[in-house]
Amino acid sequence: MGRAKLPRKSTSIDMTAMCDVAFLLLSFFILTTKFKPSEAIAVTIPKSVAAKVAPQKDFVQIIIDKDGKVFLEMDDESIKETVGNALNNTKNLGLDMKAFKKSPFYGASFGELKSFLALPEDQRKGNLLPGIPVKDTANNELTEWMTQVMSAYQGKKPFFLVKGDNLAKFPAFKSVITAFKKNDILKFQMVTSPEGVPVGSDLWKKAQSGEKREE
Amino acid sequence: MAEMDTSSGGGHKKGPGVKKSKKLSTRVDLTPMVDLGFLLITFFIFTTTMSQATAMKLNLPKDADKPEDQNKAKQSGVITILLGKDNNVFYYEGELDNSASNFKSSNFHDIRDVLIKKKNSVKELKDFVVILKPSEECTYKNVIDILDEMTINVCTRYALVDITDVETQLVKKSEEIAAAGGGN
Repeated sequence: MGRAKLPRKSTSIDMTAMCDVAFLLLSFFILTTKFKPSEAIAVTIPKSVAAKVAPQKDFVQIIIDKDGKVFLEMDDESIKETVGNALNNTKNLGLDMKAFKKSPFYGASFGELKSFLALPEDQRKGNLLPGIPVKDTANNELTEWMTQVMSAYQGKKPFFLVKGDNLAKFPAFKSVITAFKKNDILKFQMVTSPEGVPVGSDLWKKAQSGEKREE
Repeated sequence: MAEMDTSSGGGHKKGPGVKKSKKLSTRVDLTPMVDLGFLLITFFIFTTTMSQATAMKLNLPKDADKPEDQNKAKQSGVITILLGKDNNVFYYEGELDNSASNFKSSNFHDIRDVLIKKKNSVKELKDFVVILKPSEECTYKNVIDILDEMTINVCTRYALVDITDVETQLVKKSEEIAAAGGGN
């Protein structure tokens, strides 16, 4: 019997489809990558096993840099305006409201706030700024700030975040806690970068057994 | 008449000795392009750090002015952790005795075993209380690390407490001894 002759197939494959997929993926990754916004205050945040993503809006963030200087950051413009007006009225600071609203963060004592806002934005860099004075327990200006922020939010609860540098000393953190406590802010969150749970620990066992972690 | 031949010869019928130009295939080998594509993808994936910051929660207790409002803890289930400078960790179980003989030194690596041991030795889990006392010298990272340790070892009851003078002295003294010992 005559065997059917197998046609010899070419070994070269059409690469077009694969090429399409590769570049589609590439463009997808490039387009979805969000660039980290350059921050005026350089902070290296510590790692933790916390898995909850930090809130992106409606937050009031306290930044502690490596020298223990404290800065305040808010995202809501209307709240900023209310706080600015309240500060102007109660303390007679004569602040430029437009600059106050535009400033992404605040890092000066009440006395120096006016000259802080007068600085051009590209010169407001963390290492040159004085920061909000908190060290002095009798005159912790952050307490005053938090009082104003709380009254601006009128009972609504923003997310209070603390973002500290690895090298910041504990007293700075403690004075932030004190300022929170004085305003009855007892719940806050600390911004960290994610880290894996160590294998074999109790938390790891819990996760393995499918138990949900309380947040 | 002299005439310039502008045509490249495509239309012309060639003479007998001229080779017929080969018809080139329009298909290009895409393999290198695919290689390049995937190389770029891998590059982007590896260089992208997942910079999505996470947040750990901390709930503070309300300051209790009256002593009867304060939380009580059984002495047997309490472990106090003190944080010193240069990532030093000290701890004692129960109450600090007068001669400070139960004051032990540790580090961030070993403290987990200490915690696990203590946790397992406590009869009732609700009696297990960790008291954290950061000193003036320790860093923010240390505090976060030790709070993280609480999460890792599922210590549900812990408190951040101010350090006392006696403890500050002890921490200082032990650090000096350690420094002197390390120098020899």
